[in-house]
Amino acid sequence: MDLSEINFAVLVASLIVASTPLVLAALGELIVEKSGVLNLGVEGMMIIGAVAGFIVGVETGSAYIGMIAAAVAGALLSLLFAFIILIMQANQVASGLALTIFGLGIAALMGHPYTGIKSPQISTISIPILSEIPILGTMFFQHDLIVYLSLISVLTIWYFLTRMRAGLILRSVGEDHDVAHSLGYRVITIRFLAIVFGGAMAGVGGGYLSLFRVPQWTEGMTAGAGWIALALVVFSGWRPFRLLIGAYIFGGITILQLNLQAIGVNINIAVLSMAPYLATILALVVISMSRFRGNRGAPGCLGRSFVKTI
Amino acid sequence: MFKLIPRENVSPVLSLLGPLFSIGFTMFVGGILFYFLGVDPFAAIKMIFWDPLMSETFSTYSIPQIFIKGAPLILIALGLSVGFKANVWNIGAEGQYIMGAIFGASFALSLYPLESFFIFPTMVLMGILGGSLWSMIPALLKVKFNVNEILVSLMLVYVAEQLLALASLGFLRNPDGAGFPGSRNLSLYSSASNSELIMGTGIHLGVLLSLLMVVFFYVLLFRHSLGFKIKLLGNSPKASGFSGDNPNKLIFLCLTLSGSLAGLAGIMEVAGPAGQINIDFNVGYGFTAIIVAFLGRLNPIGIFFAGIVMALTYVGGELTQFMLNLPAAAIQVFQGMLLFFLLSFDLFVHYKIKLKGKK
Amino acid sequence: MKRVIKFLSASFIFAVMVLNANLAISADYKVGFIYIGPPGDHGWNYQHDVGRKAVDEAFGGKVETVFQENVPESADAERVMTQMALAGADMIFATSFGYMDPVINVAKKFPKVKFEHATGYKTADNVSTYSARFYEGRSVVGHIAGKMTKSNTIGYVASFPIPEVVRGINSAYLAAKKANPNVEFKVIWIFTWYDPAKEADAAKTLISQGADVILQHVDSSAIMTVAEEAGVYAFGQASDMSAFGPNAHLTAIINGWAPYYVEKVKQGMAGTWKGGEQTFDGIGAGMVIIGDLNDKIPASVKKEAMAIRDGIAAGTLHSFTGPINKQDGSPWLKAGETADVGTLLGMNFYVEGIEGDIPK
Repeated sequence: MDLSEINFAVLVASLIVASTPLVLAALGELIVEKSGVLNLGVEGMMIIGAVAGFIVGVETGSAYIGMIAAAVAGALLSLLFAFIILIMQANQVASGLALTIFGLGIAALMGHPYTGIKSPQISTISIPILSEIPILGTMFFQHDLIVYLSLISVLTIWYFLTRMRAGLILRSVGEDHDVAHSLGYRVITIRFLAIVFGGAMAGVGGGYLSLFRVPQWTEGMTAGAGWIALALVVFSGWRPFRLLIGAYIFGGITILQLNLQAIGVNINIAVLSMAPYLATILALVVISMSRFRGNRGAPGCLGRSFVKTI
Repeated sequence: MFKLIPRENVSPVLSLLGPLFSIGFTMFVGGILFYFLGVDPFAAIKMIFWDPLMSETFSTYSIPQIFIKGAPLILIALGLSVGFKANVWNIGAEGQYIMGAIFGASFALSLYPLESFFIFPTMVLMGILGGSLWSMIPALLKVKFNVNEILVSLMLVYVAEQLLALASLGFLRNPDGAGFPGSRNLSLYSSASNSELIMGTGIHLGVLLSLLMVVFFYVLLFRHSLGFKIKLLGNSPKASGFSGDNPNKLIFLCLTLSGSLAGLAGIMEVAGPAGQINIDFNVGYGFTAIIVAFLGRLNPIGIFFAGIVMALTYVGGELTQFMLNLPAAAIQVFQGMLLFFLLSFDLFVHYKIKLKGKK
Repeated sequence: MKRVIKFLSASFIFAVMVLNANLAISADYKVGFIYIGPPGDHGWNYQHDVGRKAVDEAFGGKVETVFQENVPESADAERVMTQMALAGADMIFATSFGYMDPVINVAKKFPKVKFEHATGYKTADNVSTYSARFYEGRSVVGHIAGKMTKSNTIGYVASFPIPEVVRGINSAYLAAKKANPNVEFKVIWIFTWYDPAKEADAAKTLISQGADVILQHVDSSAIMTVAEEAGVYAFGQASDMSAFGPNAHLTAIINGWAPYYVEKVKQGMAGTWKGGEQTFDGIGAGMVIIGDLNDKIPASVKKEAMAIRDGIAAGTLHSFTGPINKQDGSPWLKAGETADVGTLLGMNFYVEGIEGDIPK
């Protein structure tokens, strides 16, 4: 074992790339959950984004146009979910699962002719001057556009939720929809927008997988990333910055594990792969306990249907 | 615009029509999808829903197979339905199913090659225990700290999947298996084998138990006070508290009951049709059972029929794959659609819709 | 009322008759294939499907093939094969190790149907097995890798720690070491046969740690894509993957199932097919094919590689020829001695020189 063989700058850089799909999808789900809706269909929306992004990317030859298509595809699929739970008042848990099953199936069908095809070329954007800094430059300033976009999204969403009126309204709808309704806010419309935003973000996360990270289309390529994103939202206690850190930890575990193996350290992969989920459960317990001290993270109405009966 | 008025009594006719309409709708939209995939929609629909039951070539084999494929779905869905009625959301049955299989198989394989009558029953009990222990984690966290059981039970599915990988590569790996992942084949270990009850059909104890459980749950829910208490907890937790029941006790019961049944399904499957613990042992029964529970309207008899219909889409779906070249994913889309239609139709079951007059 | 019932039952029977017509596969000889993944993977399943198509072509309309993709290695495999047999299949190729027990079970129920199981070790009167000596190909690839590396570090992305994979690592290492005594192997186990994201991450990690040639024993083409991007070399696994990395792709170890499948179907039709046989063929029989060599490889190295290939094919050269010690230094093969099939099939140790442990 020789730790000096590990190139830590590259390790951090690839950890960031590995975590970016999680950051994107989880940020979307964060907004959805803050509005009081639990959408378990993240995996389905991600994979639809991955396949649609790849197809359009290949056809147009531009990965970035592909990413736009990924967002649109994710949003379209989430519309279905929004319609069923908001208009048809269906159960959110079951509808989310249906969305995942449906999305995985549709994506496999759409992607069938595109398996084993090369993806369009992508370029990384080296930020001038900053990328020249030794080590730090490699770690942070030689990425593709989407990585920077994910970081900007974290900041924007944090600002939106804590500093903007619209964010406050969104939170109040999630906290108690009856009160929000009586205050004159349009619960259904707000939730609708939140769900579509969540779908678009999940789609972008999926598109990043197929167009940037791997880059290739293969059936079932999200391989549970949607569920990790879901876990991540909870792990973060519904806070954007913690979400980012959590994503880097979750994504980092895999990359670190591979690096340790390559220098000859044998670690138990199964145990390591469980860690994110166990950490999430632990975080949930901590959040639920600290709630007694008035520190509320989880939206009060998470998962409950809103029925306008008055 | 429209206005929703909750129904005081859920209409039994609509309750029954919902699933039937959904199946019809899914066939219609699915048929269009098949057409665009270049497969004759009539032939495909017929092959999924008709041939496994009626064709001379396949039916003698596939009818029992439908019951075998349906058994774990029915067992798990029955357990889940009780919780769903009480508004307790165990969506981690997949994990409990895996843990049931690991617990039971570990017990039996630790005694290999000893042959004795007590191994099989103890193994089944261990399976039930494994599933219920795994479901007790979200149950305890829910009751003690009010932690959301949806998220905890879901997370535990992924932990269980890793344990499954650990078992098939490590502590349960077949020492005579040329180093490949996977345990010894339990169906070749006669004291632990969940063997055929009726020669040549493959019908095993799990199938019989799934039928018995349908009756048991029917009695439990409709002829026993517990069924009433559970419904009360689901409809109004406060009233449930006033009536002197301990809601925590009920929540705990609902979760462990569903975990036990998932564990039972797991051990039946691993000792029977699957035969061995392997990385790919779980094929999503725990999640599909959620569809089954809803398709069956959370009613034991309904769940029985829903399980059979769902099994039919699998068995018939396989036929269409190699006979008509329909891609495997099309069947998945088909199942997703079925659930969508069904969930949407619930609106009409629970609410009356009135056109709003002018103000 | 009676008439209505009579009419209804008559029309029901009629409907059953109409609906039941025309269900079996119709050609003279029917062959079924089951795959563990999608044939579009450009790896393991893709090559089996190439073999299936070769059968289609070789016999024209006389043989009809059917296949099913994504069949899990569980009770589902047993059901799929039974349904194929019921639909009239005369021969079934089960193309993954985990189908072993299901194949034996189904074979018992259908003694007239002939079963061919890839990479397994259980046979019966109507079950034969077949597998390829992929390690022979790895000798050729290992030699090229040893010659082409500048950093003297070769990365190896491995799937599961099973004899098949360990054998491949040892064979490649011995050849690379012979070509270049300073060479060092870095092995990453990813515990899956097919997960493009994981494979890509593993390859990136190896490259970041200095590897400039990547070998793989996993099925997707993701590693080739990564190698092309990073400007290092890699080898195609199971099929030619040069489309994914025209500069990176040095050559490929191609699984050549087609001649075997055509031969077995021919035997099946002629009635000369035998059960209980265990085929283990390599380069000589065309079951392992070395793909086109990239022009980046110097002519001298090309010549050496071809000499190794031809030597193995002719039987004058063996991938495991002594003296070879095991990793712990204990002797395994004496000078000039070659490994026997039994040791090869159960290989669970590294040869001397490879660092790290095989995970347990």
